[in-house]
Amino acid sequence: MELSFMSGSQAMLAPLILSCAALIIMMQIAFWRNASLSWMLSIATLLLAMLALSPMSDLAPLIVTPILVSDQYSIFYSLLILFSTFVIALLAKDYLLERSGENEEFYLLLILAALGGLILVSATHLASFLLGLELLGVALYALIAYPERGHLPLEAAIKYLVLSGAASAILLFGFALIYAALGTLSFAGIGAALAANTAADTQLIILMGTAMIFTGLGFKLSLVPFHMWTPDVYQGAPAPVTGFLATVSKGAIFAGLLRFYVDAQLYQYQGLMLALSMVAIASMLAGNLLALQQTNLKRLLAYSSIAHMGYLLIILVVCGALNEVNLAIESASFYLAAYIATSLAAFAVLTIISQHQETEELDDISGLFWRQPLLALSLTIAMLSLAGIPLTAGFIGKFYIFTAGIQGALWVLLTALVIGSGIGIYYYLRVIFAMTKNRPTDKTISSFPSKLSPVGKFVVCLLVLLMLYLGVLPQATMEYLGGLLV
Amino acid sequence: MFLLNLILILLVGGAIAWWSERFGKHVPKMAALAIVLLDLAYLLIHLNQVSAEQFSIVPTAADAASWLFAYKTAWIPRFGISVELAMDGLSLILVLLTLVLGAIAIISSWNESNDRQGFFQANILWTLAGVIGVFLAVDLFLFFLFWEVMLVPMYLLIAIWGHEGKAYASMKFFIFTQLSGLLMLLAILVLAKLHHTATGVYSFSYFDLLGTPMDGKIAYWLMLGFFIAFVVKLPGFPFHTWLPDAHTQAPTAGSVILAGILLKTGAYGLIRFTVPLFPAAAMEFAPIAMFLGVAGIIYGAVLAFAQSDFKRLVAYSSVSHMGFVLLGVFAWNSLALQGAVMQMVAHGFSTAALFMIAGALQQRLHTRNMDEMGGLWHNMPRMGAVALFFALASLGLPGLGNFVAEFLVLVGLFKVNPWMTAVAALGLITAAIYSLIMMQKAFYGRPSAHLERANLKLNDFGSLEMTAMAVMIVGLIWLGLYPQPVFDLVQPVLDSLYLQTSIFDSTSAVGEFMGGAK
Repeated sequence: MELSFMSGSQAMLAPLILSCAALIIMMQIAFWRNASLSWMLSIATLLLAMLALSPMSDLAPLIVTPILVSDQYSIFYSLLILFSTFVIALLAKDYLLERSGENEEFYLLLILAALGGLILVSATHLASFLLGLELLGVALYALIAYPERGHLPLEAAIKYLVLSGAASAILLFGFALIYAALGTLSFAGIGAALAANTAADTQLIILMGTAMIFTGLGFKLSLVPFHMWTPDVYQGAPAPVTGFLATVSKGAIFAGLLRFYVDAQLYQYQGLMLALSMVAIASMLAGNLLALQQTNLKRLLAYSSIAHMGYLLIILVVCGALNEVNLAIESASFYLAAYIATSLAAFAVLTIISQHQETEELDDISGLFWRQPLLALSLTIAMLSLAGIPLTAGFIGKFYIFTAGIQGALWVLLTALVIGSGIGIYYYLRVIFAMTKNRPTDKTISSFPSKLSPVGKFVVCLLVLLMLYLGVLPQATMEYLGGLLV
Repeated sequence: MFLLNLILILLVGGAIAWWSERFGKHVPKMAALAIVLLDLAYLLIHLNQVSAEQFSIVPTAADAASWLFAYKTAWIPRFGISVELAMDGLSLILVLLTLVLGAIAIISSWNESNDRQGFFQANILWTLAGVIGVFLAVDLFLFFLFWEVMLVPMYLLIAIWGHEGKAYASMKFFIFTQLSGLLMLLAILVLAKLHHTATGVYSFSYFDLLGTPMDGKIAYWLMLGFFIAFVVKLPGFPFHTWLPDAHTQAPTAGSVILAGILLKTGAYGLIRFTVPLFPAAAMEFAPIAMFLGVAGIIYGAVLAFAQSDFKRLVAYSSVSHMGFVLLGVFAWNSLALQGAVMQMVAHGFSTAALFMIAGALQQRLHTRNMDEMGGLWHNMPRMGAVALFFALASLGLPGLGNFVAEFLVLVGLFKVNPWMTAVAALGLITAAIYSLIMMQKAFYGRPSAHLERANLKLNDFGSLEMTAMAVMIVGLIWLGLYPQPVFDLVQPVLDSLYLQTSIFDSTSAVGEFMGGAK
């Protein structure tokens, strides 16, 4: 399709809506501070942006500028990002209500971060990739430190700021090296130049550049050995922001990375495959082992996310082993969708029970099963899904990774996956076990909201249905994902 | 649809039982019992419509009509996965056992004052649904799904309503089964991939995957994947360590289901999947498997003898008895296999009853320690008599089902390996020792000082419990005196295994052997 102003705008409708909304909310805050109004504006924006994906997909695939593309792949991930942001925004209102300070900017930052995510998944050029990444990252620094009280959020934000800044710097250096060697920054251009390039003297530079790019992104995805910040930031950030970090941020970055990886055909480098395999094994084992001793739910989920990112890396290695990307994209997309739905459910419950005061220790949720059956049920299903028990989304995701790994005959990685999952069950079950305890502690009695708000109930039910839908009737999603990048 | 309904009734029934709690504390158990009996009636009504000849037809993969019932509908066509259920004589026996013991399990906790009755009964019904799914699924993906899903309600039963060490026991139970299950999943997926490579079609159907061409070495690894998953569940030595903990800590109904039914899923898997899917590899592995079986028999018996905890003793005796199943399956002839199937049923009854007695004792005495019991026959003669009956059944008294089972396994095994038979036969003697010690300590002699001090009010079994016990007593006597119907039901299934693997020794059909004995 010919690119015109109209078709270009239509193909980028969702990011445009978010950009306009960011301006509108900013003006609204400047003239009339009202948290409810900002909340409603952001909810409406996100709904509108989700609706806009339908006209966008009519035009897909369309190359909008040399640095952005609108195709089924970007639209699927945009949906994931917008939906997650929508859920987080819904839950944030009650959570922020109990906390002092001015909360209008929270929604503004949320919209900006989501916009960064949308750009990231549409990027076909390292420039737009960086633009999206930084937009997402900078908004997140502020979001993490948003509640003024306490030193933990501040500590988390500074930790994230410093490490993420360093990671971005390394990433940029990597981009520069690639540009120095190949003279192009577009994904496809890099792929073509790499294939054509035989000069021995540039090989080392390219290798260095790729290694730095993966190091930088490894920080953001919290892969071992770049995972140190994860538990502290997860713990320090307010619950809805942690949820955002775990779902939108990681999902968007992985999606952007996957497109770069596939378009530039990086999977043809055996050295990179070996490095990715080792990082994957280290992440799976270290993530799961370190989660064993955690008594804080957020820290536990942080380590669990390290392990899950390790599982996902297997799919990148499969591309190299098979020299084929379709199955990998389908698998990775399903896994991410399942993981995002599951993490959202877990953090939704955490956000709701932390409404009055932070409730994130395992002891704090004891007896939840008998006090708030709906919340406990959804947290149980989320834990089972993370553990990969059948009938939940997580199982189909794990099924995909197993299938992909077997296709690629990656027995060592699969062994690590089995061991990692086996260890993982222990701490996921601990969460369930804690909820089934009979005697609630003093804190549980005082801190649980006595009654669920209708919004909270709606969100929790929606996420439970989503997890079960992906787990029980995955066929439609599988078919859709199979046609993502053809 | 009939087979699917069989599972759905229990699944939906679980939700109903949970919901029915609002009408009163005692409503859920009645609802649960009614639902299980309804499911049983539903099965029997449909069985009634099957012609008598149908039961003797050898079920083959090619012809769904040769099975008693079959049901198939596409589920995830992307990977060739379907909801495929089928029932033959073997699954029929096990489903019947599941439903009967399920009803007994509900009765066994009738008088226990558990909290949260609704959720408790719901978990029992869901476990039963999962187990029946395991026995009926012939799509390997679906089979794995039920295999894993039945764990969750069982885990909750132990974790919520268990005794003092429930956290450790429930966790151990779940991790053992789940980890070995992952190995099986890996094996299933590799098998499906091999089938895909050979034919170009994705399928998880048991019938399609039978006879998948594969390298001998790969077959051996895949066979091990299945074998480990099933032997952990069986449980076979040395993977049995979860069992004493889980059984001891589970609530009574949980122990009854765990010992009576859940262990049988492992044995069923060995017969249905491990051997037919990888006949050559299983044949090669048979000596090791038989050794594990014998080791389990002796080891379980020795440890059972050393226990002072009533439930733990019965749990270790299960390890010993299930060793016979492992032997029967890998002795590789239909005589021993018939014995293995018979052992599954007979052990289901005898152990379920012993756990029920253990639960009743714990409820009345607040201890499971046999050193603190003694002389209970005097106060509770009915319970004592029943306990004596099942202790005798467990030690293999001729005339009862367990004897037929263990005897057949030994006869079948003798042709294969006389020395192993000799060692395994010791299991019958050791069983006599620990069973009688149990009776001696708990029911005979003088009451212990502890009991005299405690001055408890000891109620004997009521009519409801006695009815449940009577069902199992009649069942065991029937199996012991006239086991032929079970043999007739299972023989076609074993013949079909013979057709698929072409290495079974079919000359020693039990019919002839028993015919000679008649």
